[in-house]
Amino acid sequence: MFGYFLSRLGMFVPTFLGVTLISFMFIRVLPGDPIIVMAGERGMTEERYQEMVVKLGFDKPVLQQYWDYLVGVMHGDLGESFVTKKPVWDEFFALFPATLELSICAMIFAVALGLPAGVIAAVNRGKFFDRALMSSALVGYSMPIFWWALLLIIVFSGNLGWTPVSGRIDLLYYFPSVTGFMLIDSLLSGQEGAFTSAVRHLILPTIVLGTIPLAVIARQTRSAMLEVLGEDYIRTARAKGLAPTRINGLHALRNALIPVITVIGLSVGTLLAGAILTETIFSWPGIGKWMVDSIFRRDYPVVQGGLLMIAVIVMLVNLLVDVLYGIINPKIRRR
Amino acid sequence: MKLKFLAATAAIALSSAAAQANTLVYCSEGSPEGFDPALFTAGTTFDASSHPIYNRLLEFETGTTNVIPGLAESVEASDDGLEYTFKLRQGVKFHSNDEFTPTRDFNADDVIFSFMRQKDEGHPYNQVSGGTWEYFQGMGMPDLVESIEKIDDYTVKFTLSKPEAPFVANMAMDFASILSAEYADAMMEAGTPEKLNTAPIGTGPFSFVAYQKDAVIRYAQNADYWKAPADVSNLIFAISPDASVRYQKLKAGECHIMPYPNPADIQAMQDDADINMMEQEGLNVGYLAYNTTMEPFDNPKVRKALNMAIDKQAIIDVVFQGSGQAAKNPIPPTMWGYNEAITDDAYDPEAAKAMLEAEGVSDLSMKVWAMPVQRPYNPNARRMAELIQADFAKVGVDVEIVSYEWGEYLSRSKELNRDGAVLLGWTGDNGDPDNFLAVLLGCDGREASNRAQWCHEPFEDLILKAKQTTDQAERTKLYEEAQVIFKEQAPWATIAHSVVYMPMRNEVQGYKVHPLGGHIFYGVSVE
Repeated sequence: MFGYFLSRLGMFVPTFLGVTLISFMFIRVLPGDPIIVMAGERGMTEERYQEMVVKLGFDKPVLQQYWDYLVGVMHGDLGESFVTKKPVWDEFFALFPATLELSICAMIFAVALGLPAGVIAAVNRGKFFDRALMSSALVGYSMPIFWWALLLIIVFSGNLGWTPVSGRIDLLYYFPSVTGFMLIDSLLSGQEGAFTSAVRHLILPTIVLGTIPLAVIARQTRSAMLEVLGEDYIRTARAKGLAPTRINGLHALRNALIPVITVIGLSVGTLLAGAILTETIFSWPGIGKWMVDSIFRRDYPVVQGGLLMIAVIVMLVNLLVDVLYGIINPKIRRR
Repeated sequence: MKLKFLAATAAIALSSAAAQANTLVYCSEGSPEGFDPALFTAGTTFDASSHPIYNRLLEFETGTTNVIPGLAESVEASDDGLEYTFKLRQGVKFHSNDEFTPTRDFNADDVIFSFMRQKDEGHPYNQVSGGTWEYFQGMGMPDLVESIEKIDDYTVKFTLSKPEAPFVANMAMDFASILSAEYADAMMEAGTPEKLNTAPIGTGPFSFVAYQKDAVIRYAQNADYWKAPADVSNLIFAISPDASVRYQKLKAGECHIMPYPNPADIQAMQDDADINMMEQEGLNVGYLAYNTTMEPFDNPKVRKALNMAIDKQAIIDVVFQGSGQAAKNPIPPTMWGYNEAITDDAYDPEAAKAMLEAEGVSDLSMKVWAMPVQRPYNPNARRMAELIQADFAKVGVDVEIVSYEWGEYLSRSKELNRDGAVLLGWTGDNGDPDNFLAVLLGCDGREASNRAQWCHEPFEDLILKAKQTTDQAERTKLYEEAQVIFKEQAPWATIAHSVVYMPMRNEVQGYKVHPLGGHIFYGVSVE
């Protein structure tokens, strides 16, 4: 198992270097000079422009800039934002817990509903439940996030008044951030009603962000279950007279989980991409909106640093998924 | 600050309703870049920093572009217009936080510190927080201000390199906010000079309490404010980037006031009995700048004819969806010096066509540049360009619409041999007509902010004279004349000024729409 883990970890290093290069090049390939964008309609004199070029290090050859960046990254220095003049690292860690909290909730929501929906659909193949669940999943998958979010806000927050419109907690609650996770911080604060308020604020963003992964997981679980349910050992189990819940829940689901876990792993990327829109609509202070703003402002250090951190997270999750395969299916780690 | 924080939480725990009644929640459109106004240029940043936290030597009277005394009780200009002497207000207190308690009141040292850190490259604070001092630079202050001297603790003298009347209005701009020199020294000593930007200390009506990036900014009333204290005890900025969401929050009572509504929502807001909608023309202008150095646009009659071919009302209806006003002058109507007497070129395609023919212009093909970004003065440049294309087609002019990425657009549109007419605009900085007329149409602005590349001596003489005259009545006359020349020469087609809408709940009292674009909550109460 340890060897298997090391071999997976070994692939991490070249991927990491590749990501630093891509994130460095990506923003520079886009047209648009950050200094001119910063100056806007007001513009600046040529002399001032040259001063800024030197100040931001653009006078150096691109390879030299990349090398400086890479050395910085190796020392844990992602540079300073051109706009806020603050270290990218600090900004990332101030914002990331909000994205992580939302993503975890969305994933729990997607798995908690998607897995049983897929199993129920597979067991009832061709029947009403199957058709209803799978067509809802298709609708969920096809729904534009922006539209879906606004619809939920207008119905549940605007018309019914059941949920707050946006934000992470009611503005009346004010306590210092300890972990950055609002659910935990609100409990730690000891203020009455703070935790409930944080939960209420999470409901709509969780649903919006979790909808696409939910649909994908439900469909994937269904097809994986169908495949496994046709296997010989399931027929044997049935012939033995095992209870259907035991067959479906234990024997079939465990083997159907491998492709499902792959999908969950891959969904992390989808979640982070979906977070960009979800965070913008729900005024959720996470990294999604931060990244989008910095692309428009050509804030090179933030785009590079943010992309790198997101890529590392996706890589780590996929490493974890690889390890989970090994745990679920011992055959994989022996290969 | 800790005490303030404990008091605040206790108040919330005891009576959230009471706390709410004394709290003003503003659904702001974005996050500030920081809290030291001199470091930045965005209005969103100024709303969160210079307006609530700081004061300036001179201030803009809220709701007007008039300059009134601020931390300076008076200012006197020398006869040659080269020296400005400011008499400072006594007894003004700076805020405190858990790392700093001021030991003295505001005085001349704070003024010198606030400007010299921007001017002097050797100043210990010049490079702190990546200081590029864009606004100070952009307003030409490094060359204009020769020296700043402390005459005594409450008198400061600015010596200029040339007479320049707009200097007075510059002193009321956000970059001229006064910071505490004592706080700066304390933070430098503690090795955390960047706290000037992240944990601001000022003299303004609200003191900074906390900021969570992209989420919320909290301020508390400054009980020691040198004017009457603010009407609310707490001011909260709930950062809500999406306009539809801001509207839902306003409807749900999650905030009291919001900026920049979606044009499509304006009618519904006006019909809502709980919402009070305020409106005012913005301090901006959207224009189409011809390249006056290129044929046939070097002929004022051709430019005038093209201006007559543009149906501005259609643009206001379609592009601005009503939230705009047709522009006849290059400066907005809320600004002093605006020449009301000028009549706009009437929309008359037939006459325009005849004029073009009379000038020997036929089969003209030209480019119209459409900006790739949304601005208050032009919410949809592509659509505007299409309307102009259709209008010009009616007078036999063939238009090709071009666009570039924003940075490219800004730099290419400056080029002297640029092909075609450029859609662009301007939002005023200091309410002074010089800030529009000299910057956008002066000879020095060619190949820079003067996109028409226009240099017309009679106009230039007037704006130079106005720049050097300190008497405002005299300046007004000069600018009015300049606008007459502008209209005759038509280097631009002036398209529109935006109308700024500010929806707020009925509980909000005392809010004034500020023509300079800032959102100011001093003097605003919640009933």
